[in-house]
Amino acid sequence: MVCPATLGTARAPLADRMIKVDVTRKFYGDTQILGRIAFEIKRGETVAVLGPSGVGKSTLLRIIAGIDHTYEGQVTRPEKMAIVFQEPTLLLWRSVLQNLMLIHPGLSDHAARGMLEKVGIGGKADLFPGQLSLGQQRRLALARAFAGDPEFLIMDEPFVSLDPQTAEVMLALTETLIAEVRPATLFVTHARAEAERLRARILELRGTPASLAPRLVL
Amino acid sequence: MIEKGLVPALSLIGLLLLWVVAAALTADATILPTPWSLVGPFLRELQSGELLFHLGHTLLRVIWAFVLAMTVGMALGLVMGRFPKVDRWLDPWLVVFLNLPALVLIVLCYLWIGLNETAAIVAVTLNKVPNVTTMIREGARSFSPDLDAMATVYRMPPVTRLRHVLLPQLAPFVAAAARSGVAVIWKIVLVVEFLGRSSGIGFKIHLYFQLFDVRMVLVYALSFIIVMLVVEWSVLQPWERRVRRWRIA
Repeated sequence: MVCPATLGTARAPLADRMIKVDVTRKFYGDTQILGRIAFEIKRGETVAVLGPSGVGKSTLLRIIAGIDHTYEGQVTRPEKMAIVFQEPTLLLWRSVLQNLMLIHPGLSDHAARGMLEKVGIGGKADLFPGQLSLGQQRRLALARAFAGDPEFLIMDEPFVSLDPQTAEVMLALTETLIAEVRPATLFVTHARAEAERLRARILELRGTPASLAPRLVL
Repeated sequence: MIEKGLVPALSLIGLLLLWVVAAALTADATILPTPWSLVGPFLRELQSGELLFHLGHTLLRVIWAFVLAMTVGMALGLVMGRFPKVDRWLDPWLVVFLNLPALVLIVLCYLWIGLNETAAIVAVTLNKVPNVTTMIREGARSFSPDLDAMATVYRMPPVTRLRHVLLPQLAPFVAAAARSGVAVIWKIVLVVEFLGRSSGIGFKIHLYFQLFDVRMVLVYALSFIIVMLVVEWSVLQPWERRVRRWRIA
């Protein structure tokens, strides 16, 4: 086993404590949504934030992802990030292949096609996303997330509204890709089974304003 | 498919028939000449080069004003749609300019800038910019927040983002602004020429208006209508079909 410190890559200084979340407060108007929430995610680790809908999971996710800047606190995040939303969120007016290559300009045509192959939509490169089934669109969203070799992957209920069979296939695919790319992963869901399946460290978000109720690693 | 091309053709023939009937009822060529009596003067103007000269001038003014109005209007509309603070400051201006009569703007431009080409094009542009801005602002307000979030997290560079994320969402609004834009602009160009230019279709119509020559007024007006129809069918509609391709694929 190689000691991480001797790998000496550019990522080394961040290798141990890559993502540092320390949110003190978040308001919407006069209503406080989030209280103190602090945790860290290591490289290769998967953290799941669990909680009932409406508790503020998505708000927290938007803060951590750097989409929402109006909060009190601090978040340290790496440069190379990826996100998977509930909806595929694709550029419907660009081809499937361009949906990978426009987001990741460093990606070669060959590598992009390889990535599509890996998620099982290899033959669809030149179609528009609207010509794919919803399941295929989600695969494309996964391909887009992993194609950039992200250091930090954020997933916002990516398997919600899928039938159990499709959800299982997508979970297995996600598991494989995470094992291959090994990003720090933040996974927001209300389904405990999904979190356990991805062997995530589970953090529970509870109360108003919401704060963390940590659990032991399973 | 034959149906599709046939209906507009038949409809246009109907309009022509209406003209023939009206001309027959009027029975006075100085008020409403028959369509075929325009062919002779049309060919004469075409051969002398007069028609093409004035057509060219008008077309050039239309192109200039169109490009300027679309560019300025799109920039303003994008900024106002994206930044509500800017919108609150600029919106009253927009309302003022939207309600300023075209004639007032044209006369003021001629008075302030002079009876020249710059004044003419500025006047037309100023008349059209508020409309384009309003339409594009509506488009910019309806940008998908999810795609914005996606582009932010993946750190798409601003130019890529504009070209591949924002502008495609804006395309239907740009198309609407462009089509209504061309229609309004060429009409205003004619007024501008009528009032203070010595070339162009508007100038010729002014000339023949003073001579009470209905036939020549119709020859010049119809020639330009035909040019604009060709632009609509050969440029605007194919472009619109191209940017809409992904919707019907």
